[in-house]
Parts: sequence; structure tokens; C-alpha cells
Amino acid sequence: MDILSFFLETGFWMATLRMATPLILGTLGELICERAGVLNLGIEGIMAAGCMAGWTWVYMGGDLWTGVLFAAFIGALFGLLHALFTVHLGLSQHVTGLGITMLAASLSSFVFRMLLPSATTPPKIVPFQPLAPPLLADIPVLGQILIGQTALTMVALAAVAVVSYVLYRTPAGLAVRMAGENPMAVEAQGLSVFAIRTWAVMAGSALMAVGGAFLTMSAFDAYYIGMVNGRGWICIALVVFASWKPGKALLGCLLFAAFDAIQMRVQQQSGMLIPYQFYLMMPYVFSIIALIVMSRRAAYPKALLIPFRKGER
Amino acid sequence: MRIEPRESVSLAMKGIAPLMAVGTAMLVCSALLVWAGASPTQGWVLMISGALGSKFALSETLTRATPLILTGLAAAVAFRAKLWNIGGEGQFYMGAVVATWLGTGPFAMPPYLMIPYLFLAGAMGGGLLLLLPTLLKTRLQVDEVVTTLLLNFIVILFVNWLVFGPWKDPMAMGWPQAAPVVDQALLPQVLDKTRLHLGFFIALFCAVGVWWFMRATTWGFEIRAVGASPRASAFAGMPVAAVTVRTALLSGGLAAMAGVAELCGVKGYLTLDLSPGFGYSGIVVAMLAALHPLGVVASALFVAVIQIGADSMSRSINISSYIADVTTAVCLLAVLVAMFLTRYRIRWR
Amino acid sequence: MTGPPRAMRGGPSCDRDSMTEPVLKLSGVTKAFGPVMANENVTLELRPGEMLALLGENGAGKTTLMSILFGHYVADSGEVEVFGRALPAGSPRAALAAGVGMVHQHFTLADNMTVLDNVMLGTESLLSPTRDTGAALTRLTGLMERFGLRVNPRAMIRSLSVGERQRVEILKALYRDARILILDEPTAVLTPQEAQHLFATLHQMVDQGLSVIFITHKLREVMAASDRCVVLRHGRVVFEAATAETSAGELARAMVGSDIPRTSRPEPRQGKEILYLDAITVRGRGATPLLDGLNLNLRSHEILGIAGVSGNGQAQLADLLSGLIVPDDGQMVIHGKRVHAPSPAAMLAHGVGRVPDDRTGTGLVADMTVLENLSTEVYRLPAFARRGIMNFKALASRARQLVQAFDIRCPSVDTPVRTLSGGNMQKLILARVLSGAPSVILVNQPTWGLDVGATAYVHQQLLDAAARGAGVVLISEDLDELLQVADRIQVMYQGSLSAPVPAAGVDRAGLGLLMSGSHASPNAATGTTARSAA
Repeated sequence: MDILSFFLETGFWMATLRMATPLILGTLGELICERAGVLNLGIEGIMAAGCMAGWTWVYMGGDLWTGVLFAAFIGALFGLLHALFTVHLGLSQHVTGLGITMLAASLSSFVFRMLLPSATTPPKIVPFQPLAPPLLADIPVLGQILIGQTALTMVALAAVAVVSYVLYRTPAGLAVRMAGENPMAVEAQGLSVFAIRTWAVMAGSALMAVGGAFLTMSAFDAYYIGMVNGRGWICIALVVFASWKPGKALLGCLLFAAFDAIQMRVQQQSGMLIPYQFYLMMPYVFSIIALIVMSRRAAYPKALLIPFRKGER
Repeated sequence: MRIEPRESVSLAMKGIAPLMAVGTAMLVCSALLVWAGASPTQGWVLMISGALGSKFALSETLTRATPLILTGLAAAVAFRAKLWNIGGEGQFYMGAVVATWLGTGPFAMPPYLMIPYLFLAGAMGGGLLLLLPTLLKTRLQVDEVVTTLLLNFIVILFVNWLVFGPWKDPMAMGWPQAAPVVDQALLPQVLDKTRLHLGFFIALFCAVGVWWFMRATTWGFEIRAVGASPRASAFAGMPVAAVTVRTALLSGGLAAMAGVAELCGVKGYLTLDLSPGFGYSGIVVAMLAALHPLGVVASALFVAVIQIGADSMSRSINISSYIADVTTAVCLLAVLVAMFLTRYRIRWR
Repeated sequence: MTGPPRAMRGGPSCDRDSMTEPVLKLSGVTKAFGPVMANENVTLELRPGEMLALLGENGAGKTTLMSILFGHYVADSGEVEVFGRALPAGSPRAALAAGVGMVHQHFTLADNMTVLDNVMLGTESLLSPTRDTGAALTRLTGLMERFGLRVNPRAMIRSLSVGERQRVEILKALYRDARILILDEPTAVLTPQEAQHLFATLHQMVDQGLSVIFITHKLREVMAASDRCVVLRHGRVVFEAATAETSAGELARAMVGSDIPRTSRPEPRQGKEILYLDAITVRGRGATPLLDGLNLNLRSHEILGIAGVSGNGQAQLADLLSGLIVPDDGQMVIHGKRVHAPSPAAMLAHGVGRVPDDRTGTGLVADMTVLENLSTEVYRLPAFARRGIMNFKALASRARQLVQAFDIRCPSVDTPVRTLSGGNMQKLILARVLSGAPSVILVNQPTWGLDVGATAYVHQQLLDAAARGAGVVLISEDLDELLQVADRIQVMYQGSLSAPVPAAGVDRAGLGLLMSGSHASPNAATGTTARSAA
């Protein structure tokens, strides 16, 4: 089959949107943190924690939506920890973020093993089911693509709109953007840089955790240790690629997922011509290429990585 | 809450910082033990005896410390120059890949030539691997944290391909592993009936060497200056980009040497479980040592005790060995705060 | 030089005193940064409709005091009262609510956002789901009309000139109904003409009922524009008077506390040309080049002063001579030899000594020791390193000699530079630069933030170096400093230099015109054209 014909299949686009969902949520989360001036390298671990928390909630008898909220809550907690260290104490955002990732990931694995010590095959839950709202099916093509998705994908798409509205059209969004550009300006207008950055990092981390939860509650139905598998790092590259803009982030995630979907198709069809490991490398290679392409144009939030200390001379 | 810089930092306080971190980590670890329904004292006794309680246990701990010293040095050197090399894991595997490539037959040499040859070649492999993100950083200002992290995944998939594909050992009864290195490439045992190998002393030698290099040489001076202030170093006429590249070669090389040591000292052949995250643990080791090359030895021993001890404890009582990872992660965060408190004081008002 | 004459202003402001309650009262404010007392038991009052000048040398504690008032810092003790009510400590929010507005010396604006965004920030509830930009725009334009502070509200801050940015800062305060306006060194970034316009605006505000405090170290501004003045020295109020009843001389003595240390000045000698910049152009990212066909001749035995409002290319000229940037066009010739590949190392090799303006960020590695910082330019020389191994013994004995020769006050050469005072940091940099016996010396804002003693010391070192035969390029925003030390002065405007004029007998107003880009010659006697080679 011709490679170009993929693009005409709704199946291809459905797969693209499905694969893009955790990236969209993670990228938006990271974007909010960085817009406020805080790099959150805890993303990889926070996604793992969301993954574990959401699944465990449902496995323990909770329902799906409260599971998503629980995952977001856990993510926000790790975000709070990151903010305490990087915003309030002004510690290195790089090293703290890695520490958060290590802590969140190892704690998730530990808790999972302690809750289910004897499980040899990962137990399953009933995940979110594909949507079938009656009106959606009537929209040509787009309806077909959306209909196969689960509710969390809709949440991700809505989140893009909400995050862009909040960032650009509300006083709180203005404060967040300003905190990432010039914290002194925020302080001089009587707002607390610490509070704004803390809330932003917590909100961003909650979104990342929901992105992780998508993996266990929508894409699959079980939890595996290490299932986030570098998606968090890819999100960080995508934020740069998106120039810190929510709309472009959506575009970047879709593009990225489309490439991923193509390579999976090509892999299926080319058989063993090229070893599958090289296909699996593609997302990471694309991320590096995206960083290189954007390096010249990257307009970082000016205060990114720079801690703010009140009364510092 | 207000944060004020301290005017002077006493030596005692610098020493206390890592101890505070270790104490915090033990506290958190104890809490986890309680949560899991075990007695923390029993847990700790099991951990300590499992790591230090016998000649064999001690030898296991030292064996585990060997790669940790090297990856710890790799992180310490790079972080000192503010080169955020998080790619220790990839460089570790790169060292092992190069050592497998050259150590499985193409050249026949006596051990006293073969072993230095493999370490050198492996180090070059690791150094070159880190060169790519470093050049992207110095030339295009691409953040090296993300690129080195992403490269870890790429390298591990590459190893995956090697051991499932072209390098798969037909004698391994279907297990995904490469052919073993030749006998001349194996690091000699230093203690009977244990796995402790020459690599431990090579690692110690490297620690002393790196310490001397950073203190006494112009290149070491440049690394310290560039790390403390790239702008002021450039202004003083130092070749900042070249210094960063040199640092990368050294750092990547050290991490790769850990891979060579583990391959030729413990396993003997390349597999996908050669490293339980030595590259990442190296970051904790380096931070715990406040980036001091000799301190790295002590903190690597500490992390090795935690890891070996937790393994042994989890076998005795029913607790997941992931407790070791949690403890080291807490250590990293706690040492950051402890080091902060040596430089600043917090006032509440 | 600034402001309309007092008589021309409406309202006899001198009569207003003592009868009315003060709008602002600081009592017993004390603040220490480590061992340094920034403010000690300061008591100060501002009366309604008054223009108060807060005067003092660099480092006298003026900015710290105002930062305490505005809530950036928390005082160790003391109280602030605004309109009769105590102001909670450490809260800019409370200060704003009480009607205090502050125009910071380093503007607190976000470059990548619009004027309106910068003004609106923090004026609406953070929980509000929408922003009312329409109403804000109306209100802002109203204020612009009322006070004659025009600026495009939709423009990005980065596209504004320094003067326009200052207007935005003032508008920010007015937008929040400030009744008391504090301005920190407002004229530091302005030309004399712009400064005059600023003071006219401030007078207009005072006439409309606001009260103003402006911080300055320029006596002329105080005499021309203020109603009353308070002098701070070493963090303490040492003098207070109605401006009409004091004199510039009295204020100067109060500021310095003693007679100003004199620098001894050798007879000028005619030297040979040692540095020649020929049509240097440096293009930045913006539309206009940062350095635009710049020409400069430096002779030995002379100090060449570069004047100008900051942001006209002085930073690029300093970077160029430091070897940090490579010109896109033109050439640089030192001692008759063309510098082909400029770099910091190449400039050092050509005998250029460099004293940057940013001491802790560029001049020094703050976290390294005195010894290490004294070594950063010489550690590779054969005397101090063999085969890549450093000779710390030789470096240490050299460092100890320099510490003694330049009177750098530090416990030992192993002390981190971070803990030194600004004056000692500058001495350290001078020691490093002058120990290399440079023939060309670049100094950028060398006395910024230094006290009188350290300033005199730096000036004397420069004069001595010139006497020994070096040529010095002195970049300074402080006209007084240039007039005091330089032999010739060139004015920098939009990336090029005016023709040089002898510092002796130069006309200050003429220099001011050049600084604002006017082409008039500051000294008719020289008969040269104002813009060289353009």
C-alpha cells in the first residue's frame, strides 16, 4: 500500500489523535510551568505518578472520573514539592526536577508493588470507552475521527482552549506570563511572584499527571512500571518546538503523533527490513531534531530558570 | 519567610550538609517501612547487615560502588562546569558496547594491554556520545538536559537491537545477550570467592586523578571557572566552548568507563540489564558529594549500601526493593536543601 | 540646568510646611545587609504637595530606604506611616493600596508585553474570568492626556525608548491612584533635555496634589527642582533643609562628610596614536545597527572620555574593546597592528586591559577566591604553569603582592570574592588589569556604586596609568566624572561618536545637546563638526 494513502484513512488520524493525547496534556502542563518561569523536569516522574494513581484509584473501586481527579491531585502535590524547592528556596530547577522525577517514579513503583505484591500479570481495569455521542457521527470525517476517542482525549483538546484562554484573556494568565518574563514587574505591582509561580507549577503538574493517567485509564487498561517511557522528556522538547504557545503545542503534538503513527504503519508493512528498534528510536530522534530546528528561533520566557528572591541585592 | 545569604560558611557546616541529607532520607525510608508494616529498626538492621555484615556482603557493596564512583565522577565533573550531563546511562552503555565490540575477538592482546585498551576505547565512545549534545549546546544553545536524556533512550534501543539482532550470542540459549568478552579482557578478581574486581581500584584511582586534575591543572582551573561564571571566564580570555567540550569528553569518558568496568568485571557479556540505572544514580552520588571527586567515593559507597542492603532486606521481609530508589531520590532532594541551608539562612517573620 | 525657575511655578510651596500633617512618615528605620548598615535610624517626613529630594552618594542607602517604604525589603526596625496609618512591612501591595507608587531605577517592565499589559497587571482580581481592556484603555488615555505622558498603549515595551519606558513606569503608578510618587535616580538614563521635561511633568503632578520624592546624587537637580532636601550618608540622615535656604556647596559637604579627596593630575603630554577604530559597525538583531561606522583615536598619555545616555552603544563599544564581540565591518588597529580575530585573549595579547561595568557578573568569578580571580588572565603564562600544571605557589605570592600594592581589604587571598565590598572588588579588578602593564585600558563605569574614597582611588589609578604612558578609554554616564578625569571627551549617540572636544572648558549644555542627538558643536572654538565621518 502506498504511504500517502494513510492520510486518507480515518484510522490513521484516530491513532494520531490517541497517541497525541498524553503528549498534549503533558506539553500543556510543562508550558504553564515554563510560562511562569519554572522548568519542570519532574514531568517524567509526575506522569508516572499520575499513571499509577489514576489506575490504582479505579482498581481499588473508585470510578473513572474521580480517578482522573485523584491523579491530578497527586500531580499537584509533586508540583507543590517542586515549587517549594525551586520557587521558594530558589534551588536549581534542573537538579530538583530530576530529583522529583526519581522520587515520583520510584515511589509509584514502590507503592504499586506494595499494594499488589503477588500480582504476576498486571491486573486490569475497565478503562474509558470510545465516545459515541449522536451528533458527532454526523460531522463528516472529523466526526469519524473524534468518535473513536475516549473522554480524556476530549479533555485534552478542551484543555488547549482553556489554557490559551486563561493565559491570554484573564488577569491570572497575564500574571503568570509576567512572572516568567520579569518577576520584578509582578512584585512591583503588588502581586506575589511566589504564589503565582507555585499555583502555576501545581496546575501544570496536575495536567501532566492527567496525561499520565490517560495511559492507564484510556490507552491501556493496566499499569506497567516504566510505561511513561520518556514521553515526559518529549513533552519538554515539544514545548520548545511550540514556542511556548498552547495552539502551536497542539499542532506540535499532533505532528509528532502523526509521525509516530506513520512509522508504526511503515513498520508493520515493511516487515523486518529495518529492525523495529530503529522505529522505536524515531520519537526521540524527532524530539532532538525539533529542538535543533527551533534553536535559532527559540524565544524563551526571559526569567526561565532564574529564581526570584525577594529583597535580593 | 525570608532568605538571607550567610556571610561565612564554616567547614563543619559543609560537612554536616550531606549528613543531614542522609538523615532525612533514612527518616523517609523508615516511614515507608512503617507504612509497609515492618519495623524500621528491623529493616535498618537487615539493610546494614545485608550490605556490610559479612565479607561477601561487603564485597558485593564494593562491587556495586565501582560503577557508581565512575558515573558519580562523570556527573560531578560535568556539573562543576554547569554542563548538565544527564546522559550517564547512555554513555555507560556506549562504553559497554565499545568494549564488547573490541573485546570479543578482533584483537588478541595480553590482559595488561587489553584492559587499558578497552577502558580507553570505551571512554572515547562515551566522550564522543556526549560530544553531540555538547556541540548543540555551545553552537546552537540547545538545552543539553533534554538532549542527553533523549539520547539515553536511543542508545538503549540501539543496545536492544544489538543483543536481539546482530550481536546475539547463539550459545546463549535464546537469551538476548552478546557473546562474552575474551578471557584477557576480564578484570581480575581481587578477593577470593567474591565478585569484587580490579575495577574498584581503577575507580578509586580515577577519583584521585580527577581530584588532582581539577585542583592542580590549568584545564581543571578552567573547568571550575567556566562552571562558576561562563561570562566572567570568557571575559578573562578562557576558551569557554573548548573547555565545555573537554569537560564533555572527560565526563562522558568516565561514565563509559563504568560500563566497561561492569562489563569486564561483573557480567562478562553485554545485556540489557547491565545497568540498573547507574547513570541516574551517579547524579545522586555527585550531588551528595557536593561535586567533590573524593567525596564521590564516600557517597557512592553510601548509595551502594542502600541498594545492596535494600535488595537483601526485600528478600528477608516482604518489602519492594524499590525502597532503595525512593531513598536515593529523597537523598538527592534533601542534599539540595541541606546545601542551600549552608549558604543561606531562613528567617520567619 | 533642569526644571523651570522656582518663581515660575504656581503655588508658594515653601509656605505649606509645618502646618499640615505629613503624608508620609518614616521613623527610626534601620536595615542591615550582613555586616553593612544600609539604613540606621532614619526618620523622614514628606509633606503634601512637596517635592523632596533624597540626596546621597552611591551606596548611601537611598534606594534601600525607598525599597523598605515600598515593601521590597523588610526593615530590621522602624515604622512607615502613610496618610497617618501604619504601613505593614514587606508588602508592595499594601504600599500601592495606600497610594504609594514607585518608579524603579531599573524599570520593572516586561519587554515582550504591551504597555497596557504592564499597566494593567495586578489591577484586576486574579480570579476574574475576563479582562476589561476597554475600560483600562480609556482610563490610561485619560491619564496620558492629563499629565502629558504620551505613549502608544498597544506598543511592546521592547520597542520603546528609555524615556518612553519611564513614562510607562510613571503611568503605572498614576493608574493605581498613587498620591505619593517615589522616583529612584530618574535622570540617570535621560539626556539633560529629557530630564528637564521630566521635572516639568513632576511639577505639574505636584500642582495637582501629588507629593514626590526623588532620589538623586546630582546636586544641580536638587537645587533646580526640589522644595526640600534630605541628605543620607552611610545610611543616616545627616542634613535636612529647605532647598531655598541651602547651597550646593553645603549639600556637597554634607554628602561626602569631609572635603572631597583630591586627585593629583599630571601635566598632559602629547602621545602617539595607540588605538584606532575605523568605521566600526556592529549590527544587532534590531533595525538600527548597535555601532554605526564608529571612529575613535586614542593616544598614549591620555584619558579619552566617552559620554552619552546609556543604551546608545556604550555597552557594545566596551564589548568590542573587551574582545567579546566581533565587528561586522570596519577595523581595529592597536599599535599599528590590525586585530584580525578579536577575542578576549587576543585583546589581552595586544596589551588591552579591560575593566567592565558589571563587576560581579563579568569582571569577577564571584564564587572563586581572590587568588583565583587575580590569576584568571595570567594562569597560562610560563611563570605560572608548566605543561598544564599550575604553580599555585607563584600565583599566591603574586596575589599577596597585588593585594598589598592595591590595598585590597580581604582576610586572606583564599577569601571568596563574593564577600568583598564593591570598592575592594574594583581594586581587585584594577590590580589584575594594571599588573599586566597594559598600553590601552578600557574602563566602563568604573566608579558606579563606589564611595568617595574608592572613587578617588580609582581615578588616581587611571591618571597614574596615563602618566606612565597608557591610553585610557573611560566610558561613563557621569558627566562630572568625565569632566574631572578625562583629557578629551566624545559623545556617543545611536552607535557613533561625536568629534572629540578637550575636557577643559567644555560647555555642559552643548554636551547635553550632543547626547540627545543634536548636531551642534559643544565647543565652537574647536571648529570641528559634531558627527565624525558619517
